[in-house]
Amino acid sequence: MRFPVKTISLAVASAFIVFGCGKEAPPPPPPKAEQPAAPPAKPAVTVKIGHVAPLTGPQAHLGKDNENGARLAIEEANARKLEIGGAVVTFEFLGEDDQADPKQGTTVAQKLVDAKVNGVIGHLNSGTTIPASKLYADAGIPQISPSATNPKYTQQGFKTAFRVMANDEQQGKVLGDYATKQLAGKKIAIVDDRTAYGQGVADEFEKAAKAGGATIVAREFTNDKATDFAAILTKIKSKKPDLVMYGGMDAQAGPMAQQLKKLGVKSKMIFADGGCTTEFHKLAGDAAEGHYCSLPGYPLDKMPGGKVFMEKYKAKFNVDIQLYAPYAYDAANVMIDAMQRANSVEPAKVLAELPKTAFDGVTARITFDERGDVKDGAITMYQAKGGKWETLETVGGAAPAAAQPAAMGGMSGMSGMGGMSGMTAAPTTAAAPAAPAEKK
Amino acid sequence: MDTFIQQIINGLVLGSIYALVALGYTMVYGILGLINFAHGEVVMIGALTALTVIKLLADSGLPGTVVVLIGLLAAVPVCMALGFTIERIAYRPLRNAPRLAPLITAIGVSIVLQQLAMIFWGRNYHAFPPILPTSSREIGGAHITDVQIVIILLAVAIMAGLMLLVNRTRLGRAMRATAENPQIAGLMGVNINVIISATFLIGSALAAVAGVMVSANYSIAHYHMGFILGLKAFTAAVLGGIGNLPGAMLGGVLLGLIESLGAGYIGDLTGGFLGSHYQDVFAFFVLILVLVFRPSGLMGEKVAERA
Repeated sequence: MRFPVKTISLAVASAFIVFGCGKEAPPPPPPKAEQPAAPPAKPAVTVKIGHVAPLTGPQAHLGKDNENGARLAIEEANARKLEIGGAVVTFEFLGEDDQADPKQGTTVAQKLVDAKVNGVIGHLNSGTTIPASKLYADAGIPQISPSATNPKYTQQGFKTAFRVMANDEQQGKVLGDYATKQLAGKKIAIVDDRTAYGQGVADEFEKAAKAGGATIVAREFTNDKATDFAAILTKIKSKKPDLVMYGGMDAQAGPMAQQLKKLGVKSKMIFADGGCTTEFHKLAGDAAEGHYCSLPGYPLDKMPGGKVFMEKYKAKFNVDIQLYAPYAYDAANVMIDAMQRANSVEPAKVLAELPKTAFDGVTARITFDERGDVKDGAITMYQAKGGKWETLETVGGAAPAAAQPAAMGGMSGMSGMGGMSGMTAAPTTAAAPAAPAEKK
Repeated sequence: MDTFIQQIINGLVLGSIYALVALGYTMVYGILGLINFAHGEVVMIGALTALTVIKLLADSGLPGTVVVLIGLLAAVPVCMALGFTIERIAYRPLRNAPRLAPLITAIGVSIVLQQLAMIFWGRNYHAFPPILPTSSREIGGAHITDVQIVIILLAVAIMAGLMLLVNRTRLGRAMRATAENPQIAGLMGVNINVIISATFLIGSALAAVAGVMVSANYSIAHYHMGFILGLKAFTAAVLGGIGNLPGAMLGGVLLGLIESLGAGYIGDLTGGFLGSHYQDVFAFFVLILVLVFRPSGLMGEKVAERA
């Protein structure tokens, strides 16, 4: 037994040495793709794309959804046999699990940095994306988050941080305006789950609601693993609010809606994208009826490539889209697009191209502002009706280029994202000014 | 006032669930001196097994309560088998090992069960089919659902039954003897392996009941649900005095009430300085206070007796 032990420790030791050497060369990996292409056979290079989302834990269903979206983009790119810098590129997908835990987020980020990935898609949560973004920025690795919406992510001044979804400043403001104007909320209770995302969107909502003349009658807190909200909801009930705003994910929003009903509270809930899923309907059951939510971007059936994407996704993975898969797909494609335009997979060169992105994605036409936030991010309001999310109206955002055929053609049989099919405008907002996209 | 009554009801429902799970911890600890960290996962497996059966039968036309009962009857043997197997595989071989070893295997079993459940039931949340009435009764301005009434009554009945079993039956006497001193009990003709297995079987059956209660009350089941619940129940057991059955019940109900009243009133009492995010801090602060003044818990025996 002594020999193998020695061998193992030798192997471990040498691994450390290799690891150590790798760390001594901080600049990005040598640009393999830039090597002059030999005329007879084109050289092949492997490009590593990292993806991070919670694959275990309470948000695993959303994490897998993101990973599927990004994986689909990578596999399609491989099938196209792209040539970058004269070499045929094979993308290698490195899917990591951060458990929606900021600590784990930085651990896997370091793992990806050490693996010398050429780009990262992720993370899913703001709470993990923000601490991880520092590691990617230090290593000069471009990062595109499909779904981290906390404003802080792009406000740290990192040149490597991008996102393809409108941030919470925009979303919280739209929610707050909607709550005070369209829904005429005067007394509003706010609950958040104390995550970077939940707290961020709740804070922005609070500002906008106060500006709109509403009083915040209660500000309560829970966490992203809780299932019992009876105590805080009882307190909220005693304040008799018109609306209950929740900053957090579907796993809490669903049971919360149900417990509100059981406590005999008639007020409706309003929440942001984290709760705006099919899962919410499953979890809340008949208590889902009438609640409001917002999603950045357009409804899937109004996305330029929504219908096609949904069919591809369903065919490939045989599950319905949960939430952010189209954004993860776009984020991966934006990364690949920047590599193609840079004609290099070297992170420094890709980073020079990313701000110039003008990519017609599935979700919208993606362009970035100087911070790395997506420009003209649209936000759509929904209301739960008959077990589905029905579109109320889209606020802001440029009209998607190819929306016309997809939007109208996709009316039937859409069930991917909470079945955002059927009627476009609910009666409540018939009089409300519709965004340009709605008129088409 | 109606808010206060409502918070008491909330606390009692939560506390009953904690108490049932805490019984499982405390029984095993009382007899083996082992903290069975996998107990929370047994609750989770019970909930998901029952839910699978309930989903299958949801459209069969049977009344909702019957379907839930069948689900419960399916979950109980599954959990009992699971508890039995865990003890045989992970704890019995380590019975004479240093105390740290079975603690680590317990954590290991917990992780293994969680991952197996994730593979088997998937990552998604499972919603409880809407077969039970969700409307609530109004009592003095407070609302309580039928499910919650059943939870409280069933918890009380089970606890009473368990007390009778431990204090009045032959099996109970053997259990108490084994808890006192396994070697001497063995010499007196008690088959301690059988007694320990029986303890795990009973604890796991209670876990199955608790699992069904949780998923029926919150309409939700998930492979991750056992972890926090287990931790809270363990806290309840320690609060009441781990190893002591009435202590576990008292601890569970107290923890439920503290959490509920804490979350409901801490903000107003401190003028908004502390909010409901201090709910858990408050609960654990009470736990620390209790342990400082009564290190063996509210109803725990003196540690010296066990040494």
